[in-house]
Amino acid sequence: MELLWEGIKHALAALLAGDREVIDITLLSLRISGAATLISLLLGVPLGIAIAQSRFPGRNLVASLVNTGMGLPPVVVGLFVSILLWRNGPLGFLELLYTPAAMISAQVIIAFPIVAGLTMSAFQTLDPKLGLQLLGIGASKPQLLWLLCKEAKLPLLAAVMAGFGGVISEVGASMMVGGNIRGQTRVLTTATVLETGKGNFEIAIALGLILLALTFAVNLLLTYIQQREQIRWPRPS
Amino acid sequence: MAETILELKNIVVRHGETIALRVPSLGVAQGEVLAVIGPNGAGKSTLLRVMGLLERPAEGEVYFRGRAVADADTLALRRRMASVFQEPLLLAATVYDNATLGLRLRGFDRRAIERRVAPWLERLGITHLVKRPARSLSGGEAQRTSLARALALDPELLLLDEPFSALDPPTRDGLILDLEKILRDTGITTVFVTHDRDEAGMLGERIAVLIGGGLLQVGAAAEVFAQPVDESVAGFVGVETRLPGVVESVGEGLAQIALDGRAIEVVGDFQIGERVIVCLRPEDVTLGSPHGDGVKSSARNRLAARVAKINPWGFHYRVALDCGGARLVALVTRPSFVDLGLREGEEVMASFKATAVHVIRRK
Repeated sequence: MELLWEGIKHALAALLAGDREVIDITLLSLRISGAATLISLLLGVPLGIAIAQSRFPGRNLVASLVNTGMGLPPVVVGLFVSILLWRNGPLGFLELLYTPAAMISAQVIIAFPIVAGLTMSAFQTLDPKLGLQLLGIGASKPQLLWLLCKEAKLPLLAAVMAGFGGVISEVGASMMVGGNIRGQTRVLTTATVLETGKGNFEIAIALGLILLALTFAVNLLLTYIQQREQIRWPRPS
Repeated sequence: MAETILELKNIVVRHGETIALRVPSLGVAQGEVLAVIGPNGAGKSTLLRVMGLLERPAEGEVYFRGRAVADADTLALRRRMASVFQEPLLLAATVYDNATLGLRLRGFDRRAIERRVAPWLERLGITHLVKRPARSLSGGEAQRTSLARALALDPELLLLDEPFSALDPPTRDGLILDLEKILRDTGITTVFVTHDRDEAGMLGERIAVLIGGGLLQVGAAAEVFAQPVDESVAGFVGVETRLPGVVESVGEGLAQIALDGRAIEVVGDFQIGERVIVCLRPEDVTLGSPHGDGVKSSARNRLAARVAKINPWGFHYRVALDCGGARLVALVTRPSFVDLGLREGEEVMASFKATAVHVIRRK
């Protein structure tokens, strides 16, 4: 208990003192996982909608692949991205290994099936006739998509939260493709692992608490958006 | 001659291997209310989706005001129509937001939206509900919201897909009366799809009968109900008595038709020996005591019959009669039923006018 309490005090002290390194690590974590979540949304939401709304041969196979992807172990993702980006690997010429870009790529692979899978089930909860009715009162195709997303906003925002929560907290892939280089690719999770390994429990606990607080803050914000009634309308196309 | 708003030509819609709809030609004239009736699965909703440019037919063309609809115009043309469906699927928002949705999708500003929607909210009796979440409405209120949403668009063509089918009878009747008045006052061109012939008779000026994906008859409401072109249409529009017979003799605009040993008189020009089907609506058959009681009647046809089966039928009784082989159905009001003291197995006299009989020629 003593150790935990010391850790909390240390964390507060570091934050209050404006410890440059801790703040940089925190910001880098946010940037990498934020970017990965955003890219996952751009890829996963359209894919989820497409699978939910269309009928094609092999649809169930694609849906099961997406659902399997929701549980991809980060270490496995890290392994494959490392192999791809390895100096002699197929994408080695990009020289991305041990850069934030590599970490974002790995996190996108982790988060995008989560977003796609949850989007898919969000859209499947909508009445299939809703789209027809909206078209029947004059919605254009983009307006239709927007209205459907708005109807499914609760589960859609849950998808955002799950995607972000999945990548901000993962350590395996970030460690493998980022390398935990101080000042370049060290994020909250990898730093926590490192400090724990070195026996610096106070710092490790401090980093862990910051990670928890960060996750809480982001989810709080998203929950507020999710539960808010009024959402602006798009201009008609 | 009113302008034709929408016209279908040589339409074929396939759902998988089966042909869901085949309409060689059907037009909707400016200002008319066309009711499309048919049993479940006849292709009515498919027809409405094709008209509303929500489903592209496999073959054929849709013409809007005389011009064939091209893909590029679909959105613009869809925005000149409005559809109302059986289940009003409203968005998770207020009644006002739902009623104004179509106008907002078309980019009207707030004041124009208010100006256009307010009269319809008033007219449909939902002004007091505007701030309510749409999901908290009763079925009738939700359907009124859905109607306001469509009518506020001032559509050139209003498409109604079984809008009353999911409502309980009192709610349904109230809404039908309101809608009937709205359609008459505004003259909005309307296509109204229903499986309920009474609804069709109340709203439709013209009726199209759709059975098994094909249009069997299109005509004025009175004509379709009184003179169905074939036995399936007759059955669907409520002609319960349909008896095969042969024309025995003709003269003076009347013809005698033999039915299973009995002869009846009908109006019309026929050839002796023609094979026909005699159609009689149950409300056109009157029942009396078996000896006639000397009451003179203008009914040309009087058949002695035995009451085979009595079923309560709302405010009426539906009485199935056995006239020596031929089966007749009569609809009797409750007071008359009590006066006559009808019982199953009893002898009665069934009478009906020669003009009440509709005769279909058998092929």
